[in-house]
Amino acid sequence: MGIYLPIAEISVNVFVLLAMGAAVGFLSGMFGVGGGFLITPLLIFYNIPPAIAVATGANQVIASSFSGALSHMKRGTLDFKLGGVLLAGGIVGSTGGIYVFALLRRLGQLDLFISLLYVVLLGTVGGLMLVESVNALRATRSGAAPVLKKSGQHNWIHRLPLKMRFRASKLFVSVIPVLGLGAAIGFLSSIMGVGGGFIMVPALIYLLKVPTNVVIGTSLFQIIFTSAYTTLVHATTNQTVDVMLAFLLMAGGVAGAQYGAKAGQRLRGEQLRALLALLVLAVAIRLAIDLFVTPPNLYSLSGAGLN
Amino acid sequence: MAGLRTVAAAALLSLLAAGPPAKAQAPLTENIQIGLSTDNVSITAGFSGADLTIFGSLENADPLVARQGRYDVIVVLEGPARPVVVRRKDRVLGVWVNLESETFENVPVSYSVATTRPLQDVTDPNSYKQLSLGASNLYLQPADAEDSPATIEEFTAALRERKAATGLYSENVGGVQFLSQNLFRATVRLAPNVPVGTHKARAFLFKSGLFIKESSAQLEIRKSGFEQSIFRVAHDYSFLYGVFAVSLAMLTGWLGRLVFRKD
Repeated sequence: MGIYLPIAEISVNVFVLLAMGAAVGFLSGMFGVGGGFLITPLLIFYNIPPAIAVATGANQVIASSFSGALSHMKRGTLDFKLGGVLLAGGIVGSTGGIYVFALLRRLGQLDLFISLLYVVLLGTVGGLMLVESVNALRATRSGAAPVLKKSGQHNWIHRLPLKMRFRASKLFVSVIPVLGLGAAIGFLSSIMGVGGGFIMVPALIYLLKVPTNVVIGTSLFQIIFTSAYTTLVHATTNQTVDVMLAFLLMAGGVAGAQYGAKAGQRLRGEQLRALLALLVLAVAIRLAIDLFVTPPNLYSLSGAGLN
Repeated sequence: MAGLRTVAAAALLSLLAAGPPAKAQAPLTENIQIGLSTDNVSITAGFSGADLTIFGSLENADPLVARQGRYDVIVVLEGPARPVVVRRKDRVLGVWVNLESETFENVPVSYSVATTRPLQDVTDPNSYKQLSLGASNLYLQPADAEDSPATIEEFTAALRERKAATGLYSENVGGVQFLSQNLFRATVRLAPNVPVGTHKARAFLFKSGLFIKESSAQLEIRKSGFEQSIFRVAHDYSFLYGVFAVSLAMLTGWLGRLVFRKD
């Protein structure tokens, strides 16, 4: 069944989008990630213009992180104060990101920049995860107990000034890295259309030493607001949010996430991480190939001044 | 939707009036008229292109010339003009990057031509240039006229090529047919991605290769339907639209949790 997307101005198949949303929702439920980093490249592969894929991806991320954050709030695994400080940084980063986004679009370099960011970030994160999970798999196979790397209790981050106490996270840490992390995620959110959970979660655990149980809830909490803000600003400055597209993805996504979570419980942690790493790397490689292959049309047209 | 039929009955009357009594006078110059049955066309979201028919008439046509087929008509449907940036990708360290670009002012978004005969048989290239007529002769004004002529020429050609490839610039040879000595019918193509806005239909009359007269009419193309309302709201009330998009996402997230709750 075909449907015409009002903002993207192309006809697409409803079931392809629902399936895309469900598949990504399934994976996000299984691996505990937002799925924005998969949705946006998938939309680009499906010929949705990158600018619209990014803004709509941000919109779609709100739905999955909102429903995730609700359950963490109920369980009390959400640090509002830490989330609030991250959010303050996120708003600044997102505003900067939107400005860069509009500038790149005017210069005609937006598509390239989005692809490059995806290739670099997904390649790095996917590569690191793959190495880590393969090592873990090998360790369990050889029978040795997995060695948990115990990094020093205090690193350079804990020597920074302007300390603040976060009770729910049992943390006493400078606000500078927290704001900085929030800003970086906000920037990526507005340029890549991702929630940024795949960077936020490891950063909170390894850099700020936030207890693992509050990390996901807090990360989701901040992602709701950063991506809501990103969606609003994209809607007002670039008019690139396609609600029809976002809704189809969300509808598939919320359903798929629940089944994914169930399936995830049956797989072992290292296997899950290895699979996710392979998936992330596959997306990165596919995007990288497009950068190097001679495009069918060397020339492209775009409106001047209008967008 | 797109079959606009207007028969200009006036043509027949004027022919009768110019009959026997005018014998002694010098032959009147020919005139051309076109008419549209409506001044606006609505297309829906699923629009996949259509043919638009425009009727027109020749006044004071010389029967002899008409019999010999030496009258030619070119009809153009020209979309609204907008500035356009043409960009060229080049390889930088193996990666394809948009490097050079050229901005053109007032480029018609669409340009469909219908002719009685192939363009090269109607008149000479110079006349086309002077009239700025035909997709390949249409004058495209670069925003920065100081760029080298070779660059401007290259990007102008690329612009025409891209427009033709997307069906926005089209040529329909034989699209204008004389139904009688005075009456003609022109069929111009509307591409699926035809832009909304004010389009201008223009008819050019040639007699034995010489340009005689031009006539024009305006046509408003609008999109209708639910999708178009969304588009309009997104552009006219973009902040409210953003708030709606965010609320819809939260509502979906919340409902999804209610429906599929597992904890």
